[in-house]
Amino acid sequence: MFSLDLAVNAIVAGILLGGFYAAVTIGVTISFGMLDIVNIAHPAFIMLGSFVAYIVNSNFGFDPILIGVVMAPVFFLVGMGVYQIYYYAFERRGEESIQGLAFFFGLLFVGEVALILVFGVDYRFVEAPYIGPSLHFGFVDLPLRMLIPCLVSLLMLAVLQLFLGRTFIGRAILAVSQDRLALQLMAANPSRVKRIAFGISIATASVAGALLIIIQPVEPSIGRDYIGRIFAICVLGGMTSFPGMLAGAMLIGIVESITATFYGPSWAPAVAFGFLLLTLAWRPAGILGR
Amino acid sequence: MGAAKFWIVSFVVSVAFLILTRWLITNEYYFFAAYQVLQFIVLATAWNILGGYTGYTNFGTGAFFAVGAYSAVVLHKLTSLPVPVMMLIGGVMSGIIGFGMGYLTLRLKGVFFAIATLALAIVAQTLIVNWDYVGGARGVYVIRPQHAPISGSYVQYLYSLMLALTWVSVAIARTIERSQLGLGFNAIRDDELAAETAGVPTLRLKLIATTLSGALMGMSGAPLPYYVTYLDPASSFNLSYAVNSVAMPMIGGMTSWIGPIVGAVLLGTIQQLATVTISSALNLLIVGVLLIVFVIIAPNGIVGLVQSRWRARIR
Repeated sequence: MFSLDLAVNAIVAGILLGGFYAAVTIGVTISFGMLDIVNIAHPAFIMLGSFVAYIVNSNFGFDPILIGVVMAPVFFLVGMGVYQIYYYAFERRGEESIQGLAFFFGLLFVGEVALILVFGVDYRFVEAPYIGPSLHFGFVDLPLRMLIPCLVSLLMLAVLQLFLGRTFIGRAILAVSQDRLALQLMAANPSRVKRIAFGISIATASVAGALLIIIQPVEPSIGRDYIGRIFAICVLGGMTSFPGMLAGAMLIGIVESITATFYGPSWAPAVAFGFLLLTLAWRPAGILGR
Repeated sequence: MGAAKFWIVSFVVSVAFLILTRWLITNEYYFFAAYQVLQFIVLATAWNILGGYTGYTNFGTGAFFAVGAYSAVVLHKLTSLPVPVMMLIGGVMSGIIGFGMGYLTLRLKGVFFAIATLALAIVAQTLIVNWDYVGGARGVYVIRPQHAPISGSYVQYLYSLMLALTWVSVAIARTIERSQLGLGFNAIRDDELAAETAGVPTLRLKLIATTLSGALMGMSGAPLPYYVTYLDPASSFNLSYAVNSVAMPMIGGMTSWIGPIVGAVLLGTIQQLATVTISSALNLLIVGVLLIVFVIIAPNGIVGLVQSRWRARIR
């Protein structure tokens, strides 16, 4: 049944969902888009973030978003460590392509199975005061459970955008993404810059994981559903720009939400992936690309 | 050894193996386990035609495999064709999907192809989940015929079919490896731009590789409904098929036909043992860890290790 308020609600929910997707994708935009590291294990780190939030929240009752932010430096160090392995094993030898992909694929799989072995396949959730109530504007519902992750995600996006544009290291990261060789000729060390940037990309997974477990209950293998979504958004957005990525995230969020409302949630996963295939086939430079 | 000679020799070896195993082994479980190992040899060999020879990573093994399996389910409901014919049709279906997939994405960088194959698996799974005729998310029961068309039990019959498919796919891989086609594939893997400039028809060769690789995966999936007798999307699209078919050639060695066999026999046997003795979640962890360890310390796999040792001895 098509009705106007249902459609408006679906679009609003899609925008909120899209805002959250931006938080999930930003790490891949940095690692895949800017650094050319195909980190398909990113969802595994997001799952890890969710489960860290779950453990601390259920034991001490801290706010999940606070946990995500506090744990971000730890994830940053983990990210630097992973990049170090990747650098010595693949990048330095020039075998980035197929072996590197397999490395991250293995990492994704090991992360998922390890979480299943420790936590089982039960759905886990967190508790926070804003899970449950909604704001109402006429017939439009704004569940706080969706609104808060969306706002936190936009805040994180803004902070990272400022960081990349205004700080020395941020500009160095952009320089690596634009021309690695030129940076080397300026006597800078691209692998050091990339290590920091990759650390940041994994640090965002800590926050994104905390946001995810606020939005929905989490079990280890749902991370897989995010692979296609993340890369679809990243490619749609033209790989390197944050505003483009946000536009892609909103688009996917709205289309998924409308599909789930009018055709049923079981069709929703196919939407993002269908979009990804179509984008790759016809507009590989992204929706905002030339 | 020439291609024709290899086909004959491998055929004789396969037949001898078949007769020996069916004569000596009486415990039904061993056929059940051996079927899985053989299935992994086919999957690994098929993956390697695209991944090892041509250098394009396919993470969508589960999709091609399950398309073969679900083709068989549809055929089982509509007709009473023999299983080998179903395997052929399942192979054709997966081959078509491989071709379409390649046509859409192979003009891009290899990484996009890899990501798109991951996406393909989810799209295909969503379609099957929402398709009630083949059971949807609930899954579907397939009742085996009471008697196998050849002597012995039905599992032994499926085992024999899988052995035949293993022979065919290994012989195809070996033939490609030593032919002009294989040279073209290798040229694409080593430097696609240079190959294109030198006149290698890269897109056509890549399409041949994806189609062939997909078709073999589909063929190995077609007998699955009869093997498990109950098929559901979650198990047939399982990511473990993708992980195994990537890990086996990588661990065995991707440059020659023998690598995927070594990897599949090794990993397949370890997993069978681990499933029986420890747990099935743990055996997937073993595969993942082995994959990571091998790509870091031995990027050319076991075959690569042996070869470099040989060369060192000759010097």
